[in-house]
Amino acid sequence: MVAEVLHSILKKPATVKYPFEKVKMPPRFRGKLKFDSSKCIGCRLCMKDCPTGAITINKVGEKRFEAVIDLSKCIYCAQCVDSCPKKALEATAEFELATLDRAKLKVVFHAWETQAPPKETDKAGEEPAGGPEKKP
Amino acid sequence: MSGALYNVFQILVFPGLIFLMFFGLAAEYIDRKLHARLQNRIGPPWFQPLADFIKLAAKEEILPAQAGAAVFRFMPILAFTATVTAALYIPMWSTQALLSFQGDLIVVLYLLTVPTLTFFLAGWYSGSTYSMLGAARTVMQLFAYEVPLFLAILASALLADTWSLSGVAAYYSNHPSHALFNVIGFVVALVALLGKLEKVPFDIPEAETEIVAGSFTEYSGRLLAMFRAAVDIEMVVGATLLAALFIPFGMKGHWAADFAIYVVKVIAIVAVLSVLRTVFARLRIDQMINFCWKYVAPLAFFQVLLNLVVKGLLPR
Amino acid sequence: MHDGKSPDEVTISVGPQHPALKEPESFSLTLAGEKIMASSVRLGYNHRGIEKAAEDKTYVQALYLIERICGICSHAHATCFIQAVEEIAALDVPKRALYIRTLVAELERIHSHLLWLGVAGHEIGFDTLLMYTWRDREIVMDVLASLTGNRVNYGINTLGGVRRDVSQEQKEEILKAVDVLEERTRYYIEVASQEVTLIERLSGVGVMSHEDALRLGAVGPTARASSVDRDVRRDDPYAAYGELTFKVVTSDKNDVYGRTLVRVGELMESYGMIRQLVKNMPDGPVTVKAPRKIPAGEAFSRYEAPRGENVHYVKANGTEKPERVKVRAPTLANVQAVSHMLKDRYLADLPIVIAAIDPCFSCTDRMIGVSDMEGGPKRVMTWQELRSYSIEWHRARGIDFSALNGRFGVREKR
Repeated sequence: MVAEVLHSILKKPATVKYPFEKVKMPPRFRGKLKFDSSKCIGCRLCMKDCPTGAITINKVGEKRFEAVIDLSKCIYCAQCVDSCPKKALEATAEFELATLDRAKLKVVFHAWETQAPPKETDKAGEEPAGGPEKKP
Repeated sequence: MSGALYNVFQILVFPGLIFLMFFGLAAEYIDRKLHARLQNRIGPPWFQPLADFIKLAAKEEILPAQAGAAVFRFMPILAFTATVTAALYIPMWSTQALLSFQGDLIVVLYLLTVPTLTFFLAGWYSGSTYSMLGAARTVMQLFAYEVPLFLAILASALLADTWSLSGVAAYYSNHPSHALFNVIGFVVALVALLGKLEKVPFDIPEAETEIVAGSFTEYSGRLLAMFRAAVDIEMVVGATLLAALFIPFGMKGHWAADFAIYVVKVIAIVAVLSVLRTVFARLRIDQMINFCWKYVAPLAFFQVLLNLVVKGLLPR
Repeated sequence: MHDGKSPDEVTISVGPQHPALKEPESFSLTLAGEKIMASSVRLGYNHRGIEKAAEDKTYVQALYLIERICGICSHAHATCFIQAVEEIAALDVPKRALYIRTLVAELERIHSHLLWLGVAGHEIGFDTLLMYTWRDREIVMDVLASLTGNRVNYGINTLGGVRRDVSQEQKEEILKAVDVLEERTRYYIEVASQEVTLIERLSGVGVMSHEDALRLGAVGPTARASSVDRDVRRDDPYAAYGELTFKVVTSDKNDVYGRTLVRVGELMESYGMIRQLVKNMPDGPVTVKAPRKIPAGEAFSRYEAPRGENVHYVKANGTEKPERVKVRAPTLANVQAVSHMLKDRYLADLPIVIAAIDPCFSCTDRMIGVSDMEGGPKRVMTWQELRSYSIEWHRARGIDFSALNGRFGVREKR
């Protein structure tokens, strides 16, 4: 035991100096959801299968739907991602979702005027083309 | 007049109170950092022990309703003062300690027992079950390690034929080869020091997972800060005592070089204690008493006998 | 503090909050000095009403709820539940899905046993073991994160199979991780068999003879360390266990040291099983279509969780939602043995004895007992009785809940 323990001094510490160093999450990590309104057909299967009632689909126009996701209720199980027949929902790797403002926890994914789907980026905070996601 | 002022400076600042305080904090840092690195972690930054002390000192003192208030408040101060006073009689980097007289060895040993008694009284007068259990364990542990520690130290003094610590340090400085006879005593004293400082495998009185914090469970704020400072200083003083009695090299040269050697000696002993803390699990009180009386005490007895024989055989 | 028992006997309660316990539970001990004369357990601090809440959700929703009974053995509960439902619905789950379920199950066992090793080390003051095992556990957690999408609460099961497939790269990642872990586990076996203070603390502690283990109904490694040769994976194979070759590790030491050896042995067996699973995984779909309405019926499902035998009972009544879900976690079976094991032992052994059954009180607390402070007789109340008692009690104090009907999501129950 002593030998192993003394050997540890020479090894790099196993600690990750979070938040100064970050560990990359694996692909398909179940973090915050992303909704593509152009694919949604309003079947509301996601709402039916959600264990906590975190997602609400609202009709805002002819064949246009917006999604409101309550981050405080979501358990990040991604069942809605599986249930959606049109693959309108996706789980991103964003998990640093803590905030001081409770209002920020209800995230609204709006339905946009443009026909083309908004550009996908994987950087949080960047605005996809077609408009930013607005938080009420 | 300036002589007295100088003495006051020595007692209060260097190498007395302030120096011991900071050296104690530095020793705690080294212990924690080494412990962390051995466990493949990063460990605290250098100012952590000081920050902990200041934080504790700034917090509210909570006095339990069923505690004996006077004793509860007085014990940390008593522990702190006893350890600092003991340091005055131990030679650090010169063979002459700040104060010395024939018999100061016994006084130092008693002064170092006082902190353990304060832990006991503090736990007893806290009035909570966990504290009382911790207090009982402290005293039980005292019975186990005190005899080997005393014997090992007395063995070293026997060979030096003096009851004064400064005299012991002077003797071994003049006859460095005689220190080799005390190797067994050194090992015994290290193990017993682990017990006195209540470090793993002998941290039974403070077993976090069993009795929360033992005698210190009800302490908070300034009183706890004082207790923890006392424990840190006890570590430095214990290491200094061992260095003076068993590794008496580098005490006769230039004071700056001797000071550096002294610091290295103490840090080396603290490092050994740290490694021992990392590789062992905590023993149970009955196992500890068993171990001490079956193996450690006989070795200490043997060391005393050995030194008696050697003393008789050595030319005067 | 002093009890009426005898002048120098003291009653202390370890818990519900205590540094030795990772989860709240109350052990009331009568001590004479350092010796424990008697002990009793009070459960219920982690009761969350999961079984009742499951009746209000569809089977797919309930699956996620059941998974969150416990963080360490989440897959155990989810799989056990979904197996019961699939049996009622007579679904033919594809082979590949069963293999993936078993793969995640064994990975979970590895992570749970490594966690246990660390906790056991911490309880006996051996923090170095804690740091090392939990560092190695990160390897398994990362593999599970890449396989299932999360480090705990894997969510890999769905009604009719699994939700994700395993790619070739992931298979190689798993094999590499298993190689590293096997080497580290060999080191831990060495430590467990050579480190003197460890052996001193763990041997002769928490002794439970073979007969007592059978009488008290112990399960899992706790029982297997007393030579009880029972393992659901071999005796009643589920998922893909019928096609795997593995040994059931037992020990005849009857104490905590035996339990350590059993768990470390199980780790080695798991590595072998994972290699077999990855090598022999059949091709095919990973799920079959499952109906939303499960026909009426009931089923009993057993699973060998890292802590022992996990039993789920599900009753379906032809609707989308289950009628009754009952969970019997392994710790409930083992916690009765704790009082027996603590008799005439030292207080210093309490943390390690409790830790040795690998308690997971989140799994256990499916019932709550409330004491009447005025010392009334014990009684059992049904759900209806409790509800009407509560409504009457509040009405007598001027609070009328019927005004809340329909607001804030409060619905009048059936």
